[in-house]
Amino acid sequence: MKESYKNLVFENPISVLETYSIVGTKEGKGNLGKKFNFVLEDDRYDESTFEKAECKMLSTAVKQVIKKSNHTEKQVDLFVGGDLLNQIISASFTARDFEIPFLGLYNACATFAESMIISSMAISGNFIDNAVCGVVSHFSTAERQYRYPLELGCVRPPQSQWTVTGAGAVFLSKYTNGYPSITSATIGKVVDYGVTDVNNMGAAMAPSCASTLVRHFKATNTNPSDYDMIVTGDLGALGSKILKKLVNDDGYSIYSNHYDCGEMIYNVNDEEFQGGSGAGCSAVVFSSYVYPMLREKKINKILLLSTGALLSTVSSGQGESIPGITHAVCLENL
Amino acid sequence: MTGKNKSNTNEKYLEYVSSISPKTNEIKTLFRAFLVGGIICSIGQGIRYLFSLVFGLEGEVLAGATSMVMIFLGSFLTGLGVYDRIGKFAGAGSIVPITGFANSVVSPAMEFKSEGFIYGLSAKMFTVAGPIIVFGVSGSVIVGIIYFIIGLF
Repeated sequence: MKESYKNLVFENPISVLETYSIVGTKEGKGNLGKKFNFVLEDDRYDESTFEKAECKMLSTAVKQVIKKSNHTEKQVDLFVGGDLLNQIISASFTARDFEIPFLGLYNACATFAESMIISSMAISGNFIDNAVCGVVSHFSTAERQYRYPLELGCVRPPQSQWTVTGAGAVFLSKYTNGYPSITSATIGKVVDYGVTDVNNMGAAMAPSCASTLVRHFKATNTNPSDYDMIVTGDLGALGSKILKKLVNDDGYSIYSNHYDCGEMIYNVNDEEFQGGSGAGCSAVVFSSYVYPMLREKKINKILLLSTGALLSTVSSGQGESIPGITHAVCLENL
Repeated sequence: MTGKNKSNTNEKYLEYVSSISPKTNEIKTLFRAFLVGGIICSIGQGIRYLFSLVFGLEGEVLAGATSMVMIFLGSFLTGLGVYDRIGKFAGAGSIVPITGFANSVVSPAMEFKSEGFIYGLSAKMFTVAGPIIVFGVSGSVIVGIIYFIIGLF
């Protein structure tokens, strides 16, 4: 039987009415620092723990995006979100603050695109009228869960990345004239090429990204040149290099219009090495850099690919390799 | 893809990844490690001289007093948020001396304080230093046994 290239084509496109982003101090000083809606003065955000701060960031992003799109909390049909912490506490505790039905997701750093796909399916299928998607990550909470205490004086290897402190939220609704809209999407397969180095997430995720990207091109009969921007989530500099090569091996050249959120967000110096990572990475860069350009019609068609590494400290401790997943969402001005 | 075919692809991919991954500049990191490690040891030696010349300490008391001051300095700088910055520059240079051991105990204690005094701070205090203690104690026992056996002859 022929391999399935089926993807999701939305006959009723879903419009993105508004976006909101909130980032930490380090991200505020990065390349895109001025574009974010809100930059924290202190990564603790006036809370007693970093976990509470992370939750407050997502909560603020959700509240603000609802406000910006001229809706009230009671008018929102669905909140879909996730984060990187065990049992996705940041997203769940954020949902506690709202009277909105909630779906919690975990696809590591691919959660942002995943949340947009699930909301889009529900809206396009006429089950609901609108939805808010929001994801968050925080450097200090991710470090303690996945790596070492913050004050431990250890060295990061040169292939490593830096978890983005940031929350991004988008407001999706039934097709509304004049707004950038989601027209198609491809749900990723879990791909694992056997990378076991937990410091090399870019290499672990690049094959899954290449797989989803090629499947999307084939399913929609499009070429890389049909898109103004092909935006990947958090492959970093090294992962991006690998992705471009892998896709090139399959006959598609994305050298001229590929951008990586992780590569763009920081002024890469010694500390971040390959760039940013984390669930919030693609969310804040999309919300505050890519989406405004779509809205102002500077660009008209983009493909967003959020990339995730599906590992846990237990699996990597037991020597398991790192599976990757990538979901693709196509947005265009109709 | 299944079985052999897949492991072939994986191997090729991993080879490719390691061929383009950036390598640690060992000349640079070794230089920094020896520089900072040397400075820390010199400070320790200076304190040792101070205790022996000014306060007249000697033997085990002198060694103990010097270690205490160095452990205090390591912990204090960790608390101020300075030691991790030294560590980022120095690598093993600031991990190997006794100040690094202090850092590895104090940093998780600070980190997990938010989960409470007993289940957080106290329970997690030795997550990083635990293996060092295990190998240190086991190593000393083995050396002690060898020492004992040699002494029999």
